[in-house]
Amino acid sequence: MTDSIAVKIKDLKKTFSNGWGKRSTIIKNLNLDIMENEIFGYLGANGAGKTTTFKLMLGLIIPDKGNIFFGGKPASDYKNRSFLGYLPETPYFYSYLTAGEALDFYASLFDMKKSLKKLRVEEMLRLVGLDHVKDLQLRKFSRGMLQRIGIAQAMINDPKLLILDEPMSGLDPMGRKDMRDIILKCRDQGKTIIFSSHIISDVELICDRASILSKGKLQQVIEMDDRQDNKNSTWEIICRGKVFDRSTIKKYGNIKHRATGNRHILSTVDKIAANLIMEEIKNQDLDLVSFGSRRKSIEDIYIKSVGVEGKKNG
Amino acid sequence: MSRGKKMGKIVAIALNTFRESIRDRIFYSLLFFAVVLILFSMVLSNLTIGDPLKIVKDFGLGSISIVGTLIAIFVGIGMVYKEMEKRTIFIILSKPLARWQFLIGKYCGLSLTILVEVVVMSILLFVLCFLYVPQIPWNLLYAIIPIFFEILLILAVAFLFSTFSTAFLSGMFTLSIFIIGHFTRDLKSLAQTTEDVLFQTLSNVIYYVLPNLEYLNFKTRVVHHLNISISEVMLSLTYAIFYTIVVLLIGIFIFQRRDIN
Repeated sequence: MTDSIAVKIKDLKKTFSNGWGKRSTIIKNLNLDIMENEIFGYLGANGAGKTTTFKLMLGLIIPDKGNIFFGGKPASDYKNRSFLGYLPETPYFYSYLTAGEALDFYASLFDMKKSLKKLRVEEMLRLVGLDHVKDLQLRKFSRGMLQRIGIAQAMINDPKLLILDEPMSGLDPMGRKDMRDIILKCRDQGKTIIFSSHIISDVELICDRASILSKGKLQQVIEMDDRQDNKNSTWEIICRGKVFDRSTIKKYGNIKHRATGNRHILSTVDKIAANLIMEEIKNQDLDLVSFGSRRKSIEDIYIKSVGVEGKKNG
Repeated sequence: MSRGKKMGKIVAIALNTFRESIRDRIFYSLLFFAVVLILFSMVLSNLTIGDPLKIVKDFGLGSISIVGTLIAIFVGIGMVYKEMEKRTIFIILSKPLARWQFLIGKYCGLSLTILVEVVVMSILLFVLCFLYVPQIPWNLLYAIIPIFFEILLILAVAFLFSTFSTAFLSGMFTLSIFIIGHFTRDLKSLAQTTEDVLFQTLSNVIYYVLPNLEYLNFKTRVVHHLNISISEVMLSLTYAIFYTIVVLLIGIFIFQRRDIN
């Protein structure tokens, strides 16, 4: 990640008509900075406004208020989309085109020389593992294969910024792994990647930062590294023994103890308490199984964040 | 961006649209329908009293006009609506492409499809006429070229409706305009014979706003070898081109401002 801003979203607002003169707000005063060369996760439940944000970024829909900038240039100018790649949620293509023809067509919408175009098409087909079916019409493709063509077309122009809407959806476990590898490789090449998901583990595995969107409002931006800070961590100690005498550590009220058979799981957010537990294990001659800090999971943060908002709205 | 690069993108959209439409089954079924219609004119000429060649020509030119218009309506109404319904538009418009380039490209691609259809039907009609009288009936072009421009105008109208309406409604509206467009003059004359002010005003509005497609109808005069001056045809074509451009501009104006959902 660098200090330069790749995407700046400023005071963005979008409403849609419900008919009969009523309007519902989909995006409420959204402010967000996405840094260059980071993988940014955009989390939110279905209908939270993730796809709407992306469509606003791409100029597919027009905001009621606010601005979006790519590297300081207005996103509303179509010319500034030349360094951008977009994969929509469930991508649709011209079904009568072959895979090769489709990619060649998308490449021709960029100012690309013919020789480079041919090279990029072949390279992209290889990247997504579809070079063996390049002459097959897209209507004969499976959902997973179409998703792969989707990522290939998004990268045909070697973009600096990739916007991926639910890139893992419709993919089998192997496909998900391939997609993660492609995203990580893109970051290594210096690209910025924004992807939306409602599957938390995808975000947790590869993102540098993630934001949580709920009902069109940004709840929180999470720095993945911060989750390892002591103040956010829980120390978890597992030991084995018939009885664990807690009398000496009782004064620390914030220790949780769970016993299953002769296995004891102790957890605390206090580092001193964690040290005391370790001493007691030694004194009581118990077997230490494991000791470590359990990172606060995104799921915990997500549920807490969305839950708070839910209560506020409720 | 240079003009060449802008044109390159329009050409890419146009060629893709052309390729997509000629691989579509609807194209072939309508083409088949046209061939059957033209061949049917041979049967009809045997059953009718009069010059069989004139009947073949009349029926053939009518078929080109009707089938071409049907194709224009079918493909025109889907031009924007189908792209939105099938969601293929999301990827296209995420590329560095202005919305007007997309629309013009699509329009040119479909015009090319219609051109192919008209050329195929015309060749067939020429061959049929040649079988009756062994000489090439070049004068048919006086009717066919204006028919082609009329179809392009109808395509633009279908395209205009498709920028803000559903496929069904666009189809209905376009068909209505095609029918009214052939009767605006009659409608105006009829209104003048009545004393109904509202009807007169309405027929005047229709006469001046909607296209007068009879300007492009040279079929009867061609079939009956009546005199047609080139300047008259050129004036009609200019009218069609001007009207088409205005309709396309209105469509682009609407499409520039709408949300693609």
